[in-house]
Amino acid sequence: MKVLITIRQHNVAPRFDATSEVLIALCEKKQVVGKPRTILMNRPSSEELCALIIKEDINIVICGGIEDSHLQYLVWKKIKVIDSVIGPYNEALRASNNGFLYSGTILPGAKQEGMTT
Amino acid sequence: MKSTEVDFFKTIEIAEVLNGVPHGVAILDRELRIVEMNSFLELLTGFTTADAKGVYADFILRTNIDNHGKQFCELLETGEFLSVAGDIITQRHKKIPIHFTVSPLNDESGQAVGLFMFLEDISLLQSFDKKRHSLEGVKDILGHSPKMLEMFELMPVLAHTDASVLITGETGTGKDMIAEAIHKASKRSRHPFIKVNCGALPEALLESELFGHARGAFTGAVKDKPGLFRLAHDGTIFLTEIGDLPLTLQVKLLSVLDDKEFFPVGGEKKVKVNVRIIAATHRSLRELVKRGEFREDLFYRLNVLRLHLPALREREGDIRLLLDYFLREFSGNLNKSIQGYSKNAIDILTAYHYPGNVRELRNIAEYAANIRVRILMSRKENLLQAVAVGVRLKKR
Repeated sequence: MKVLITIRQHNVAPRFDATSEVLIALCEKKQVVGKPRTILMNRPSSEELCALIIKEDINIVICGGIEDSHLQYLVWKKIKVIDSVIGPYNEALRASNNGFLYSGTILPGAKQEGMTT
Repeated sequence: MKSTEVDFFKTIEIAEVLNGVPHGVAILDRELRIVEMNSFLELLTGFTTADAKGVYADFILRTNIDNHGKQFCELLETGEFLSVAGDIITQRHKKIPIHFTVSPLNDESGQAVGLFMFLEDISLLQSFDKKRHSLEGVKDILGHSPKMLEMFELMPVLAHTDASVLITGETGTGKDMIAEAIHKASKRSRHPFIKVNCGALPEALLESELFGHARGAFTGAVKDKPGLFRLAHDGTIFLTEIGDLPLTLQVKLLSVLDDKEFFPVGGEKKVKVNVRIIAATHRSLRELVKRGEFREDLFYRLNVLRLHLPALREREGDIRLLLDYFLREFSGNLNKSIQGYSKNAIDILTAYHYPGNVRELRNIAEYAANIRVRILMSRKENLLQAVAVGVRLKKR
């Protein structure tokens, strides 16, 4: 299963349309297989990001705020979208693998000291 | 502060005060984390204050205004406030346009301890503004003929650029209205729209009117005059009957178009202006160029975007529409009950070729609304009288 997380530094990026970096991880049996790779976008763009998600054959997208049109597009493409997630992306990936990540989740790491931009 | 006042303020919960504000309010600490949010902002973002407390504000608000917190950090340092339009994305996946006002919160010693954010939902305002921009200009222009529909399609394109527009068309086709409509639908709509008839004034006076003059430039110039170009700064200047502009002024206009600056008459200082030019003429500028009466370079400079207004006789079906519209308007103004035109009048009026175009048709309708006497006239009589025959009065 391929998981894509929109990221900003160590966190899930707050906005899908403003994402300039994504992390792609291959997950099997609740574990990350191999080393996740990061991709830098040419520029923040929802359309380009959607195209990348389709091209990479992603199964799950973990992101922050996303507009309805893009969400519906991804859902239509049979991609599971867990949106409005706040917190460090590694925590989000772990929670997703364990089946505990839902849309709107504020992860514990979001309130830790030093967890800013 | 008196002790009673201190007691009073101690009893007030800051959250309760914020909940009384009909806009989104957030208080952030120096780390730009949420300290407090009012209920309006909870609704707007979809996060409760309890969940949001301690979380970096950008993750909760998801604005497009703060570049990784740099801008907000600067506010804490400088003590300045920020007022800017942007948007947020809610948990319900809606992008909402917001006007943000962010100001530092200082302690008693004047040290910034946090930020106060005020978020005003401007979606309603923007939708009104869009409607106003898109409709206000064209609402008075009537027509459903294919040629007019083509023109209506072209108008927003003309409005959204800053290039010069040349409007051509016979007299009475509505060049002035179109020019004003383009201005109103453009981003310059909040700035002046100034109309100048290039054929109405003698050359010397026109130069002074357009470009202004310095005090003492000529006899009677007792004070500086800004000129219409300067008055139209940031707006649009509409030069109607551009074909009548004297050759000497054509040179000056060309330099304004190229350099966006000019010398007022008798002035020593160049004046810079940011003006969009819309020109109109009922004459063929190409013909004038051939005859040497209009500068070719100015023609090409003005002819960036061209809009040709169709003559009324070319607008299939519009004559009837306009006749009814104007008759209704004038009868309303005169407080008269007029049913409409007789079949005979309609036959005459729709077959007429209208050399004066909409202006002539409007005058006919006005005449018809004013003259209520039913007199039989032959077709040989002039058209205006024939119309009077056709107007049927409602019996009271």
